[in-house]
Formats: sequence, C-alpha cells, structure tokens
Amino acid sequence: MLLQQIVNGLALGAVYALIALGYTMVYGVLELINFAHGEIYMIGAYLGILLLTFFTAVGLTQHHLVLSLFLVFVGAALYCAGYGLTLERVAYRPLRHANRLSPLISAIGMSIFLQNYVMLAQGSTDKVFPHLLPSEPVAVLGVPISLLQIFIILTSIFLMIGLSLFVKKTRLGKAMRATAQDKRMAGLVGIDINKVIAITFVIGSILASAAGVMVAIYYGLVNFFIGYVAGIKAFTAAVLGGIGNIPGAMAGGFILGLVESLGAGYLSSEYKDVFAFLILIVVLILRPSGLLGEKASEKV
Amino acid sequence: MRLPMLLLRWTGIAVWIGLLILPFAGLRQAVLIAAVIALGGLLWSATIWVSASSRMQALTAETARRIRPPEAGWRSFRPTVPQRQAFFVLLLLLLMILPLGMNNYIMDVLTLAGIYVVLALGLNIVVGMAGLLDLGYISFYAIGAYSYALLSTKLGVSFWIALPLGGMAAAAFGIALGVITLRLRGDYLAIVTLGFIQIVNLVLKNWDSVTNGPNGILNIGRPAIGSFVFSQPIHFYYLILGLALLTVLAVNRLNRSRIGRAWIAIREDEVAAQAMGVDTTRMKISAFALGAVWAGLAGVFFAGKFAFVSPESFTFFESVIVLSMVVLGGMGSIPGVILGALIVVILPEVLREFASYRMLIFGVALVLMMIFRPQGIIGNPRRRLELRPEDEDAIMRRRTGV
Repeated sequence: MLLQQIVNGLALGAVYALIALGYTMVYGVLELINFAHGEIYMIGAYLGILLLTFFTAVGLTQHHLVLSLFLVFVGAALYCAGYGLTLERVAYRPLRHANRLSPLISAIGMSIFLQNYVMLAQGSTDKVFPHLLPSEPVAVLGVPISLLQIFIILTSIFLMIGLSLFVKKTRLGKAMRATAQDKRMAGLVGIDINKVIAITFVIGSILASAAGVMVAIYYGLVNFFIGYVAGIKAFTAAVLGGIGNIPGAMAGGFILGLVESLGAGYLSSEYKDVFAFLILIVVLILRPSGLLGEKASEKV
Repeated sequence: MRLPMLLLRWTGIAVWIGLLILPFAGLRQAVLIAAVIALGGLLWSATIWVSASSRMQALTAETARRIRPPEAGWRSFRPTVPQRQAFFVLLLLLLMILPLGMNNYIMDVLTLAGIYVVLALGLNIVVGMAGLLDLGYISFYAIGAYSYALLSTKLGVSFWIALPLGGMAAAAFGIALGVITLRLRGDYLAIVTLGFIQIVNLVLKNWDSVTNGPNGILNIGRPAIGSFVFSQPIHFYYLILGLALLTVLAVNRLNRSRIGRAWIAIREDEVAAQAMGVDTTRMKISAFALGAVWAGLAGVFFAGKFAFVSPESFTFFESVIVLSMVVLGGMGSIPGVILGALIVVILPEVLREFASYRMLIFGVALVLMMIFRPQGIIGNPRRRLELRPEDEDAIMRRRTGV
C-alpha cells in the first residue's frame, strides 16, 4: 500500500515536474507567471487523444503501436510549441515594458480564452479514449506498478536530463541563462532576447505537451478544465523548488506528487487538492525562495 | 508597408492561426476563421495605411498639441463641484424612478448588476488602487453569503444583523490572507489567492455537515423590517441601490483619503512608497480588508435575495468576471468600474444568443484591454498625471538601444 502510493506519487509528480519546468523557465527569463501554461498542457492532452483517435481510425495504432505513440508525442509537441510561440507573441511581447500588473492580467485572459475556446470547439463533456497500453500492474520487487507509470516516470526523467544538458551545455542554453540574469545586459552583449524568450516558451510548451499526452494516455480521458488545477499545482511545485530554478522545479514536482498521493491515500481524498495549496502557502511563509532557490532581493 | 507585403503578412497569420485551430475546430471552421482573420487584418492595416498617408498633417497637429494643450472641447471639460453634485442627484433620481413600470426580469438584471457594482468597487480597492492582483476575491463574497445562510438557517439571525457580521467575517478572512501573503513578492499574491478561492470552494463542496455540500443551503430567511418582508424584485432593487450607493460614497472617500493616496503610492512604486514612510505591509492588509468588506456585504445580500447559496456561485470564474469589470472600466477609476460592471452584466443579457461565448469574449477582452487600452474605458484622471515606469524604461531603452 505504502509503496504503491509512492509509485503513484512519483508518476503524478513526474507530470507536475514537467509542467513546472515551463513555469520556472518563463519566470526565469521574464519574471512573469505564465497563467496560460496550464492551458498549453491541456491542449497537449487533447491533441494526444485527438491524434490517437485519428491514428486508430486510419489503422496505424493496431499495427505499429510504438510508431504511432511516437507520432502522437511529436505531433502534440509541434502543436503546443506553436501555441506557446503564438501566446508569447500575442499576449506577452507587446506588454514586456508595461507595468507589473498588465502581463499578469493578459495571461489570465489568455488562459480563460484558451479554456473556453477548447470547450466551445470540443464540447464540455469528457473526451474519452480506450486504454492503449496494458494497464495491469506488473510486480517489480513486490510492488505492483503499471507499465504506464514506468513509462511516464522514465520519459519525464529522460526529458529532464535533456533539458538540463541543453541549458548547461549549448550556446542557446547559455544565452538563456544570461537572459534570465539580466535581459538588458544580455542584449548588450549581442544575444537576441526575443529569440531566447520565444525558445523558452517553445521548450516549456513541448515539456507541457509531453505531460499532457502522457496524462491523456494514462487516464484515457481529458476535459477542458484540467489545465487549471494542474497549472496551479505545477506552479506550486515550481515555487516549492525555488522559482526560476530548473532542478528545483523537478524536485518540487516529485515532492508535490508524493505528498498529494500519500495525503489522498492516508488522510482524505476529497481534500487532496487542498494539500497542494497548503504546501504553497506554508512554503511561501517559511521559505519564499523555495527549497533550492537562492535568496533574491527585489530588483529596484 | 506596401500592399503585397500586407497581403502576404495577413495571409501568413491567417494560415498560422487556421493550422493551430484545425485539430480542434475542424476544417470548415478553421478555414472560416482564417478567412475572417485575413480579411479583418487587411482592413485594419488598410485603415492604418490610409491614415498614415496623412501622417504629415498628424505630425503637425501633434506638435501643435504639445506646444499648447487644448483648452476647449469635451475632453478637457472639468465639471465644477456643484455641477458634479447636481449630476449625481439627477442620476440617483433617475435610478430611483427607473423601476416604476419595468417588468420583473429587468428588475432582476439590474439587481444583479448592482451586486456586481458593489463587488467590482470592492475589488477595485485591491487591484485598482493598491495594485494587488487578487484572483480569489470571490472567496470573500462566498464567506459573506455563507455567513448569512448559516446564521439565518441555524440561529435565525435577521438580515440586518447578519449584514455587518458578514462584512466583518469577510474582512477578517481578508486580514488573515493578507498577513500570510503580503510579505511576498507581488506576483505570488495572484497565485496564492487563486489557491485560496480553490480551497474555499473545495471546503464548501466537501464540508457536508456545515455547508450541505454541493446541494447548498436552502430556505434562507429574507430581509424584513417589522412585518414588511422583502419579497418582490423591486424591493431588492432598492435595497441593492442603497448598498451600491453606500459603496460608491465610501470608496470615493477612501480614494481621496490619506489611505487612498498611500495605496496609489504602493501601486506605483512600492520601494519609493516605503522610503517615503508609508507602512506598506499595513496598508496592503488594510486594502485587503477594506476590499473584502464589500464582497462580504454583497454576499449577504446575495443570500438574502435568492434565499439559496451553493458552491457553484463562488468559483474562480466569478473572480475573473469581476476582474474583467475592473479592467474593462478602468483600474482605479470609480465611474469606470461601475460602467464596467454594468457592461459585463447587461451586455450578455442583451446578446442572449452569444451566451456560451461570454467567457471567451472576457478572456480576449482582458488581453486586448491590456495591450491597447490599459487604463480602461474611463481612465482614472489622476493616473494620467503620474509618472509611469514605462516612461523611465523608454528613456533607458533610447539611451542603451536595448
């Protein structure tokens, strides 16, 4: 029971961590809470289901399961990257030099817009898809784990390692870190700020799309409002780890997933959503810079 | 830009958007929307193009305006104090005789508009004046409504006693939330308050023994004076008119007070305000409390009017609706916020066939207002005179080229 809950928590946490990375990266470069990020994840989940339905209709999933899953991930990632880019260009770039409140309100507007757009286009009922992968658990060291959970945890870890390498080793990653430190100075040394910010949104959206597709496959259903709650929780994970801090967001995601899963299992399943918010509030009071974040004073 | 360039640009944008919405909306709608975007964009650019041809004249006019600000014209009309007072008395008289001869449906819509005027004016204190983005404002509304629902059904407390109690309960929660969150950086506040409304909603839904869960509380006592019971829509209209009037007067006085000026100072530059001796933490908590009071009062009225409360009425979306009233009308501007509330309530009633597009339009409106008219429909006149951070930024950008 305990080990089972831990595995559930890790799978859930992997999803939170992937979404949290998008929040933390955007906050890192723009100091903006991208409220619409949860919606990108929701769009990713929808695309997962829509593409799977499409591939089943043409008969691809029956013969080439792995290929079709790969195509679903790539397709969702491309689309979400497109949404992320458009979002940044339309709702945030014009407001980059406006006062603090404007981009936040614009972000909320975008979030509401995307939610309602998906609801109007796809209906407000759950969108269902039959389970593709075997969901019967296999015993690993005596703990029943479903293949999907293993898949989710491994994929997330793979993506996170990829992201870390990208940010640490590549030129673009270096430009991103420079932009996060000081936009104006980064611009002065010849970094194309607009490009870096756009790429940040693209990467964040791709990670969120992967999380969305995995959740869609895992539960076999999506709804237009899943982005809202997942968004707040992923943001909590980002704050927990120290916002702007990439390893922090990963750790925060896993911790939050574990706490929620254990809390739902041992305390109360109705109030499982409350745990995340309570953690958020406690962390903000006791250690606003997060577990791994450095203490930063407000820039004047 | 030349015409072929414009054509290329808007076709590109249209194709991009069309492709993005293709898997969701289907081929036919995607093509339709793309066509609308392409045509609309071209028309928009064409009007700019035409007006740009008279750019020289515009520039001359601009220079003239800078040298000598216009004295005449309706834009610069500043009514004197007696003129203002006369206008308000006339407006009030109009609002008082308005319901005579109206049907109950219109009464109900106007009453609803009144509730939202109170809510929006309250949120305006927090968002518009103090510049704190509170996304959980509706939780105070819920606390007011449930206070009266519980006091009435369990203890039989009358509406008039519950009204101040509900307001106080909301203020107490406002202070509690403020104490927790206000030491934080500004942006965190938005997300914590978002979590707060979620917690309040979950507790209302799940604490069956007290709140009766998703079914809500029925048979809440109606307000009464002696043997006269408020039961007709017109009674509630006058009641909310009174409450809204009280709110307008109070918020207006707050706006002109030392506290109001402190809030605005915090909104414009917190560090500078602190340096000038404003106790920022205390002022921010008082903004939370004094904003929450109105939500509490509106909540009590809501419970008294409908005699029924349920968690459905108190969600994050309600918060967004009230926020869009404040943003649409003009943050920090009292007439603007009232106008915003009236537009957001009455327009969907008039345009019934677009009811399902309501939230979609609010979302777009929030984005567009921020980009094109951040001061709102009726901007705050005081705000126009203030130095904005973007001015400093623009100067810096001109100097550094970044």
